[in-house]
Amino acid sequence: MSQAAAIETSRAEALGRRRRRAARGRSVSAALLVAPLLVFVLVSFAAPIGAMLLRGVEDPEVGPVLPRTLAALERWDGTDLPDEATFAALVEDLRAARAAGTLPVAASRLNHDTAGLRTTLVASARRLAAPFEGSAREAVLRADPAWGQVETWGAIVRARGPWTDFFLLAALDLRRDATGRIGPVPEDQAIFRTVFLRTFWIAAMVTAITLAAGYPLAALIALARPSVSAVLLFLVLLPFWTSLLVRTAAWMVLLAREGVVNHALIALGLFGAPKQLLFNRFAVVIAMVHILLPFMVLPLYAVMRQIPPIHLRAAASLGAPPLAAFWRVWLPQTLPGIGAGCLMVFIQALGFYVTPALLGGGADQMLPYFIGFYANQTVNWGLAAALSLLLLVATLGIVGLYGRLVGFSAVRTA
Amino acid sequence: MSALRLLWWAVSVAVALFLVAPLLVIVPLSFSEGSFLHFPLPGVSLRWYHAFFASEFWLASLWNSLVVGLSATAIATALGTLAAVGLWLAPLPGASAIMGVLLLPMVVPSIITAVALTFAYAPVGLASTHLGLIIAHAALASPFVVVTVGATLTQFDRTLLRAAAACGAGPVTAFRRVMLPLILPGVVAGAVFAFATSLDESVVVLFLAGPSQRTLPRQMFAGLKDTIELTILAAATMLTVLSLVLMLLVRVLSARGAAAGRP
Repeated sequence: MSQAAAIETSRAEALGRRRRRAARGRSVSAALLVAPLLVFVLVSFAAPIGAMLLRGVEDPEVGPVLPRTLAALERWDGTDLPDEATFAALVEDLRAARAAGTLPVAASRLNHDTAGLRTTLVASARRLAAPFEGSAREAVLRADPAWGQVETWGAIVRARGPWTDFFLLAALDLRRDATGRIGPVPEDQAIFRTVFLRTFWIAAMVTAITLAAGYPLAALIALARPSVSAVLLFLVLLPFWTSLLVRTAAWMVLLAREGVVNHALIALGLFGAPKQLLFNRFAVVIAMVHILLPFMVLPLYAVMRQIPPIHLRAAASLGAPPLAAFWRVWLPQTLPGIGAGCLMVFIQALGFYVTPALLGGGADQMLPYFIGFYANQTVNWGLAAALSLLLLVATLGIVGLYGRLVGFSAVRTA
Repeated sequence: MSALRLLWWAVSVAVALFLVAPLLVIVPLSFSEGSFLHFPLPGVSLRWYHAFFASEFWLASLWNSLVVGLSATAIATALGTLAAVGLWLAPLPGASAIMGVLLLPMVVPSIITAVALTFAYAPVGLASTHLGLIIAHAALASPFVVVTVGATLTQFDRTLLRAAAACGAGPVTAFRRVMLPLILPGVVAGAVFAFATSLDESVVVLFLAGPSQRTLPRQMFAGLKDTIELTILAAATMLTVLSLVLMLLVRVLSARGAAAGRP
């Protein structure tokens, strides 16, 4: 090996070292640039959502308040009333909790399980506060007859914590009985399956209508003269940029009893008197279709724009009638756009809160309304979290499935 | 053939009209002299706009919307631009997971965000405060900045940074004097998207904000639950005009941004 070659090699090595060092420096800079937003989103957004979803499987309230009772109930099989020792433990727990002021928290948690248990717990604690003679069992049953029902004790066992499937089961209209077997809740309490079906049904209906209405429009924007498609695209983008609440308000004014549509139809002689067009399924669906149509048209247009118009002319010159050319040449190439549009619309439709709340009736409220209701009105955080978890799993599941089947590279948003 | 074509045109134009008709209805109604929700107008006047600017509720909500929107936009634009540049600069380990977290606020249904943030912000004293709402809106708006700036950066010529370094510029100077001027249209477009997101946000504000953080959407929501006054339509018309301005701004900027990085 000559001296010149050796110098050449060491030079090359030095250059390689410098390159590697520069690349490492770039990676460090990149990490430092991404870190602020990453930390911000994790702390202010992702952590709160994670914490709330955990609430759907946590059950921290009853365990610390009724420790002796729960310990005594460990040996209980749930078929018959517990033994004398358990009743005595309950009396001790209730007295201690009443003195410490911790009873209300546990009482409202048990009330989420069985309505009326809050009163049972608070009243029993008050009546059992004074010392009594004789058996604890009889004193407790005197304090409130609810203690004579197996299911009252079942509710306490169900709320044992620290982890629970109670809220997730409740969100699916299921519950465990006192022995721990899973079964359906009573008919009059089973509402969530209806709500899930309604939510998916409304979302599917809105998706189908936006596809049927949006496809021809997107095709026209893609194939028409530049001047025509510029105007049409503007008509799609203007509502796309307009506030959701403005558009919901517009539909309320249009459909009101004394509103534009009723008046126009009476003036045309189609109605004798104003009809109730608001607070029903029709109003919710038409407003949702209006709000989500741009999300269908834009991905469709983005894909259709990429299809060379010469394909249709080629099909025609090979003797295909227009419908056949559309069906066999054009439509298959727009499938990624159809997929992307339907995904965007369906997922957003699942999460609609404001529009159904303002335009729908009681029977048109979707899953998000119930999440808000349990979080705000009844302050049943566990159930709100369990419903959120199911909505999020549905949303992310559909996105994941789409990514698996179609992939996201096919569509560039307009 | 021509019958099919006619049908296709007719359906498309009908759908396009369906898209703009509601807006075309509320704008004239907001200039009504009367208080009816239907046509014909008894006369044209600005009374509902006077009512808007005479009402301390509406004015306060307009002010809140601007304060929260601009503050959230500033945070989201600053952090989002840095993150987009970082993601573009070098491949990071777990880049797709990082991107997933950064885009999360775009994907999570807004009711879940609203309930979760209320639950998390209340114990630390951020519920019913301007700061809490600003933080929430900044998080919700940041993905739009990351995506918009990231798209602009794909056009940016990497050798320009090397040239700046060769001329002796430090990384900060190179960013400030070479990169930022070229990607500025994308950054401003991202900021406009962020502001529009905050301005339109209606669910988180319903749950997280108190009476003194009423924004325009929240005030409109409250008004729609009540008897509908035409003041709402005056507010809606002004919001629509604002949206139109923002939209045109983004169109102009993206046309410019396409030319970024090409001297």
